[in-house]
Amino acid sequence: MTAATALDQALLYPSPLQEFWQAFAHNKGALAGLLFMIVLVLCALFAPWLAPFDPSEQFREFMLTPPAWLAGGQWQFLLGTDELGRDLLSRLIHGARLSLLIGLASVVLSLLPGILLGLIAGFFPRLLGPGIMRLMDIMLALPSLLLAVAIVAILGPGLINTIFAIAIVSLPAYVRLTRAAVMGELNRDYVTAARLAGASLPRLMLVTVLPNCMAPLIVQATLSFSAAILDAAALGFLGLGVQPPTPEWGTMLASARDYIERAWWVVTLPGLTILLSVLAINLMGDGLRDALDPKLKNAV
Amino acid sequence: MLSFIARRLGLLIPTFFGVTLLTFALIRMIPGDPVEVMMGERRVDPIMHAEAMERLGLNKPLYAQYLDYIGQLARGDLGESLRTRESVWSEFLTLFPATVELALAALLFAGSLGLIAGVVAALKRGSLFDHGVMGISLAGYSMPIFWWGLLLIMFFSVGLGWTPVSGRIDLLYDIEPVTGFMLIDSLLSGEEGAFLDALRHLILPAIVLGTIPLAVIARMTRSAMLEVLREDYVRTARAKGLSPARVVFVHGLRNALIPVLTVFGLQVGALLAGAVLTETIFSWPGIGKWLIESIGARDYPVVQNGILLIACLVILVNFVVDILYGLANPRIRHQK
Repeated sequence: MTAATALDQALLYPSPLQEFWQAFAHNKGALAGLLFMIVLVLCALFAPWLAPFDPSEQFREFMLTPPAWLAGGQWQFLLGTDELGRDLLSRLIHGARLSLLIGLASVVLSLLPGILLGLIAGFFPRLLGPGIMRLMDIMLALPSLLLAVAIVAILGPGLINTIFAIAIVSLPAYVRLTRAAVMGELNRDYVTAARLAGASLPRLMLVTVLPNCMAPLIVQATLSFSAAILDAAALGFLGLGVQPPTPEWGTMLASARDYIERAWWVVTLPGLTILLSVLAINLMGDGLRDALDPKLKNAV
Repeated sequence: MLSFIARRLGLLIPTFFGVTLLTFALIRMIPGDPVEVMMGERRVDPIMHAEAMERLGLNKPLYAQYLDYIGQLARGDLGESLRTRESVWSEFLTLFPATVELALAALLFAGSLGLIAGVVAALKRGSLFDHGVMGISLAGYSMPIFWWGLLLIMFFSVGLGWTPVSGRIDLLYDIEPVTGFMLIDSLLSGEEGAFLDALRHLILPAIVLGTIPLAVIARMTRSAMLEVLREDYVRTARAKGLSPARVVFVHGLRNALIPVLTVFGLQVGALLAGAVLTETIFSWPGIGKWLIESIGARDYPVVQNGILLIACLVILVNFVVDILYGLANPRIRHQK
């Protein structure tokens, strides 16, 4: 008897994870995005084994070879070669490593301090809150790419500095979101109950309140992941990001500019890869938002 | 209303000083010796080094340096470029109209097309057109615009030869800068074909810069319209027999425009950031390209105060948008 009731209960209420997956899988765009991301992550993880060549190996006799299916193409260079005879496919696969690394590292480096500052600003709305929020407003006064450009102008170009610049740029969004979510939760009964039960401040912050503020943060993390890839590529394109000969997608585009009249593939393919990756992550973000935070549905 | 403006103005002051702190810190956080970095050589002669430190005021304590900097700004002295020896302010003034012209053209493109697409998509919700607009706007939103620019150049300029590759106007024309806006100046000059040439130079950069705002505006208009069309007053308007066009444009769109206007304002910052990329691709002589070239040339006074000027611009525009929003929506105005 009790077993049957338990079974019914399981049918009535899917576990949170199942519920989330049902809502997420309902969105076909989000599924497509997820699929593309899985391929991209696999490419990044297994780049040295998947890529047919070393990304910096130059085949001097095959400079600017078109993709294999075109006249003059070589089947060993499936997507053609660039101006120095390097295999484009191998460079794109290795580029996935860099872009995902920059995205992941900058999200982690901004998410953690952002949550912490947001919690502090939310818990001390009189003492520390205004100061922190003013600071974030100042950072928001500059458009993100310009702030990143300014930071790189100080620190100098390079992979690590690109990550730092993008992390700093995405910080204010997390702080504001966390603070807003915390302020919304603080007056709830369960927080008062935890307070009365004598929960310490760190416990109140991290164990009681924070888990209930995670939905918008997860969505924001996805969106800033795609923004990070885009900004990193833009910095690379401006010559301020990852430096050549590293196969970063934006950097590849910058050096391809000079061959725009002769070799469309060196211009088209890296950009297409950036577009598809960013699009996939944004689609996933939309799906996550609808599944985690139905209130935000249809918001831009 | 006045107290609302005063309150908003009060918020500007700390933000402004914060930005000056940022640009002040900028030049002092350059790793290594600032004089060596600026001169681009190592082991500068010690006497020259000391003199340069003195001239740049870098030998004083930090707080005194900051006060000096604020004093300079208050006097309207933004320093001079290390490359051209011209004052940063006058360089900014010469190049700024080019960026404004580009940004306005981009906004015009994005605004007109975005509003139409958004309204039609909302009216034909769930149709093929609606799905198309949403799909394209999602792609536009994810677009690396520096690549988009290259693609358009490859197709329209190199392939079809319809538009020029770079610059604001052909070298054939010698246009007197009166307003700084090439479209107007070329008309004023009276030279035959100059206006059309300037227009042809402007089209591709404006499309590239307008792509992301277009996507955002189309999406925003659509969702705002959908919201408004569900309102009771729209049903009332329909029920009393107003023409569909009047219901959509007068009762619907006017009310849907408020959130869209905010998005317009928010896009100004994005436009300036996009201008950096667009101007670099199309060799458009505006402040974005100026900034990037100055960074490349380690022209620190230009970098420092160029960033300050752009930040002030964004702050100012956001302030104006805030005020306009307060005008349009009394609930915001009376919020404490």
